[in-house]
Amino acid sequence: MQEGQTDAGPKQIDWPGEIFSVLRDWQVRQVAYVPDAGHSRLIEMCDGDGEMRLVPLTTEEEGIAVLAGAWLGDQRGVLLMQSSGVGNCINMLSLARVCRFPLLILVTMRGQWGEFNPWQVPMGQLTPKVLADADCLVFPVDEPDRVGETAAAAARMAFEGPTQAAVLLSQSLIGVKSFGR
Amino acid sequence: MTGNLDAARAEGYPLRRREVVAALLAERGDLLVVAGLGAPVWDTTAAGDHPLNFPLWGAMGGAAAMGLGLAMARPDRRVLVITGDGEMLMGLGALSTIGAQRPENLSIVVCDNERYGETGMQLTHTAGTIDLPTIAVAAGFAGADTIRSDNEFKAALPIIREAPGPLFHSIKVRAEDLPFAMPPKDGVTLKDRFRDALQQR
Repeated sequence: MQEGQTDAGPKQIDWPGEIFSVLRDWQVRQVAYVPDAGHSRLIEMCDGDGEMRLVPLTTEEEGIAVLAGAWLGDQRGVLLMQSSGVGNCINMLSLARVCRFPLLILVTMRGQWGEFNPWQVPMGQLTPKVLADADCLVFPVDEPDRVGETAAAAARMAFEGPTQAAVLLSQSLIGVKSFGR
Repeated sequence: MTGNLDAARAEGYPLRRREVVAALLAERGDLLVVAGLGAPVWDTTAAGDHPLNFPLWGAMGGAAAMGLGLAMARPDRRVLVITGDGEMLMGLGALSTIGAQRPENLSIVVCDNERYGETGMQLTHTAGTIDLPTIAVAAGFAGADTIRSDNEFKAALPIIREAPGPLFHSIKVRAEDLPFAMPPKDGVTLKDRFRDALQQR
């Protein structure tokens, strides 16, 4: 065992911190979200950043319009949601597609990997398919040490395209919500 | 019969949407405009196509939220969202999102003819008892009002253009069919010309 390691195993990878670094690198200014437990650390980090503005939404589709407006005003943004929110976005995604607005979406997956709640399963299973059908690039990631590079790759394609790109953060990264059962 | 909706009253409203929008955009200065789909797009275009208009040909329910993102990105510029009652009703949640941000430079005007004008003039909820300005105030807007007459509209114009927002005005306009006045339809063109015009000034 090397110095600095413990019996608990290798150092935990701070993947929310790595996503935050990507957002900082791209000078993201508007962070629009409907919260998910898997995004809570990232939201806290963005909240603590003096240059990012948190924009809590009532429904995820609002965020697509907000970030389109932001880009008209030459600001970059990011949209955070859980997989159930993807279904709320379908028509509004046409705004990003038709106008080629840059749109970076970070989706925490539910209904995918050991899900306790069957009501989460339909939209969780549909999420990669409907995003792809809506002409959104899809970047699934299920290993903590690949989250940072995946977010960076998606951000580059979203902002340099410009196009729509979604990172799907696997439920296996986030842990399975069990309501204590 | 459609619940408690009133099919007749909007046919008698004195204000006309095309004149209202023309007055909103006369001497527009450096105003940035987002127009919600349907009649507000035709009316803003009839007042003169302009690179700093963003007319939405789709994305129903997104006009107010788009205005919010733009207003937050450019706090140095006045942002005016001109939309219709049906479009606004589809995105009512955006009013609470705006209330949570309170951008001072954002003004929303609903040209309210109490109709879905593009689909056969079916009644919207505003033909009943719903009061959109009351909802905006409850959501945290700095000010909101309903405009029913030319005198009220003239008094509201400087407020809509300059008073600290976010502001919401429902302008009750006559239910009427008017000729189309169409802006460019290509979304990339609309986006690029808006960004170019905004960055040049």
